[in-house]
Amino acid sequence: MRSILAVDDSASMRQMVSFTLRSSGYEVIEAVDGQDALDKIDDRQVDLVLTDQNMPRMDGLTLIRQLRVQDRFKRTPILVLTTESSDEMKQAGRSAGATGWLVKPFDPARLLEVIRKVLPQ
Amino acid sequence: MSDTQTQGGGAGFDLSQFHGVFFEEAGENLANMETLLLALVEGSTDDEALNAIFRCAHSIKGGAATFGFRDVADLTHVMETLLDKLRRHELTVTTGMIDTLLESGDVLGHLLARHQGGGGGPFDCAELVARIGALTHGSAAAPPQPPAAAAPVHAETAAPAPASAVPSGGRVLDVEIGPMDEPSMADHLVELFAEIPGLGTIEPTDGGRADEQRVRRFRVATAAPDGELLDLFSFHVAREQVRIVALVDASAPGPATAPAPAAPAAPAAAASVAAAPAPAPAPAAADSAGYGFFDDSPGAPPAEVIAAPPAPPPEPAAAARAATVAPPQRAAKPERAATGTGNLEQSTIRVPIEKVDQLINLVGELVITQAMLAQTGRTLDPVVHQTMTTGLSDLERYVRLLQEAVMAIRMIPMAVVFNRFPRMLRDLASRLGKQVELHTIGEDTELDKGLIEKITDPLTHLVRNAADHGIEPPQDRIAAGKPAVGTVTLAAAHQGGSIVIEVRDDGRGLNRAKLLRKAAERGLPAHDGMTDSEAYSLIFEPGFSTASEVTDVSGRGVGMDVVKRNITALGGSVEIASTEGQGMRVSVRLPLTLAIMDGMSVGVAQETYIVPLASVVESIHLSADDVKSVGGSGRVVEVRNEYLPIVALDELFEVPRVAERDATGIMIVIEAEGGRVALLVDELIGQHQVVVKNLEANYRKVPGVSGATILGDGRVALILDVSWLVRRARH
Repeated sequence: MRSILAVDDSASMRQMVSFTLRSSGYEVIEAVDGQDALDKIDDRQVDLVLTDQNMPRMDGLTLIRQLRVQDRFKRTPILVLTTESSDEMKQAGRSAGATGWLVKPFDPARLLEVIRKVLPQ
Repeated sequence: MSDTQTQGGGAGFDLSQFHGVFFEEAGENLANMETLLLALVEGSTDDEALNAIFRCAHSIKGGAATFGFRDVADLTHVMETLLDKLRRHELTVTTGMIDTLLESGDVLGHLLARHQGGGGGPFDCAELVARIGALTHGSAAAPPQPPAAAAPVHAETAAPAPASAVPSGGRVLDVEIGPMDEPSMADHLVELFAEIPGLGTIEPTDGGRADEQRVRRFRVATAAPDGELLDLFSFHVAREQVRIVALVDASAPGPATAPAPAAPAAPAAAASVAAAPAPAPAPAAADSAGYGFFDDSPGAPPAEVIAAPPAPPPEPAAAARAATVAPPQRAAKPERAATGTGNLEQSTIRVPIEKVDQLINLVGELVITQAMLAQTGRTLDPVVHQTMTTGLSDLERYVRLLQEAVMAIRMIPMAVVFNRFPRMLRDLASRLGKQVELHTIGEDTELDKGLIEKITDPLTHLVRNAADHGIEPPQDRIAAGKPAVGTVTLAAAHQGGSIVIEVRDDGRGLNRAKLLRKAAERGLPAHDGMTDSEAYSLIFEPGFSTASEVTDVSGRGVGMDVVKRNITALGGSVEIASTEGQGMRVSVRLPLTLAIMDGMSVGVAQETYIVPLASVVESIHLSADDVKSVGGSGRVVEVRNEYLPIVALDELFEVPRVAERDATGIMIVIEAEGGRVALLVDELIGQHQVVVKNLEANYRKVPGVSGATILGDGRVALILDVSWLVRRARH
């Protein structure tokens, strides 16, 4: 089963994302911020990371940088969930090592669409 | 949920299943935001706090946009824009901003309550949104603008700005808005330019009238980028209806227009800014679908997959059209940890209150069954039935533990109540011209949810009273050698099976002589021999007011009596202590729960009644000589120099008697609402905890009865409504 790490400080967003992904057969690891994500992931491998940008304790971009320095996350797709799709944001995401972005708000259909692109069946 | 549009049916998911969590979360964010805002002061540069406030608004906006609450998303969007400028120190915090943001929080609460199916009419946020916009864009005064009062500006009357008057670094734009249901809404844009100095000029190019497609046209000369214009325009018109076409652009080095700094938040807010013949953006993008991938990034899909199918709703053009890519300055700076949002890791589950109540009811039944078994068990020979009796006593113990554990589920911390007071005191102090600081102690002290809800109003009244009548104006305080800032303290603590909540202030305190004089003027029974406590309790008498002037804050002395009545109705009591010139302390004592009560069971003929133990003063054996008749059928008894009306329960409830009652009997003195009466009963059976059952829900309301319980032998006993009995006997 493919596993996805979903990081968001909003419980309702987390629930929506997890429900959507689990209903589509993915295993989901939830985390409330970047630090929590690093703690939860421990020595596990995941197939995809979805992270919010603006979070307490550790934001999404810092999390991405922390993941990318680890060998096992060098090639893992990481998508940033963001309410901003400005170029500045994109550039920041790109230099942190993100694979792509998904603009909030999104609905479950769009989330699955983008995930199927980075995680081909 | 009239304004709710749930999106995302495409994947077969019903997003409304997440609404409950969203509302809870939004409520927490609002409360958090308020706490943080209250701690802000003018000129505050606390990055942690500003970031945390921003994140609260940001989080509400994200959820609201996702789950389709447009009004909430729109209001939080403008708040977020202001907060973003504050946290980047592009603007400095002013009291006006704090006030407006607090007000916005209130409005959000109202909007969210409406979406949850709560009461309240529709709310027009336009004026508030405009005010936040003015604060964000630097029009400091930002007076509330009643749209009706504003002179309508039409093309015929508006002085057309010459097209050559391009602000320095500015642009001349053609703006098309529509199709609109109300084309006249676009006239508000003209007012917008009039209100915001330095924004530029606007003039209608359509003679003030919409064309047949209900589209309005304007020419705008401005230095503001498209994104900012759209933010401003969206106060009055929907963003997706706005099209901006650049005619002259003095701000851009080349032919391309200036990129909009920020993309809109909601898909509905997707602005089709038809401005730019844009070069291809640096990132390989399927941006029209609302997502995209960086072409050479790790984990990116192969190129043919990247080209996403064009999604039907045109998505923010901002990204797709951007030519110049700004260096990532801010991104490198990680944000610091938030304050006030530290509870994210608590492992909790949310359970509907009905489930908990059902559990409590079942445990209540279990307690009754256990009591029955215990009663039967006492008739057994402990030697013969040793295992049985041991089992029964274990059962009793575990049922008691289970009951306590279940009751604990309904317990919530007093912080829920206390948290509303900082805001209230702040507003109150500024209205009264006083300086008041709030201290809270024991916010973690827990109390039953039902009681918390019922104690909130009386506590609010006491706190208001302390600020209004207790705390003196700053000059008086300084003259009295006190600090200018008064202190109101809220303290909660458990004491035995009760909770004691104190409202203390360091204000002027009560003046005993003045109280007694006032009471005498009001015709209340007051005399110099009263103890201090009795004298202070006079303020609980109906119609009593010590404030020489009536203020609009605490009203006219109605209130304290209501406070006392409400607390008594909850099975609680109130006490006052005071030192003149140093302050006053009101102590409220409440039972921890309404579901279980300490009662005294009394026998009247064949019936058993329960008297709430909290209201029992004493019980006295009575001889016929002690009873005196007054008036027609009234009887009184003299107890410690006070004549108490007698209430014979058998007569009141028309209990049938087999034999005539003895001339003597047992009298229980009960107290409620400051009055005492003597209840005449046949026997005292004992004191025990009873599980309170609602009589109204199961039967109907019976005067004199507040509820019922089931006795150990399975019979039903009525619980007396002490307040009603006292009122009836004394009036």
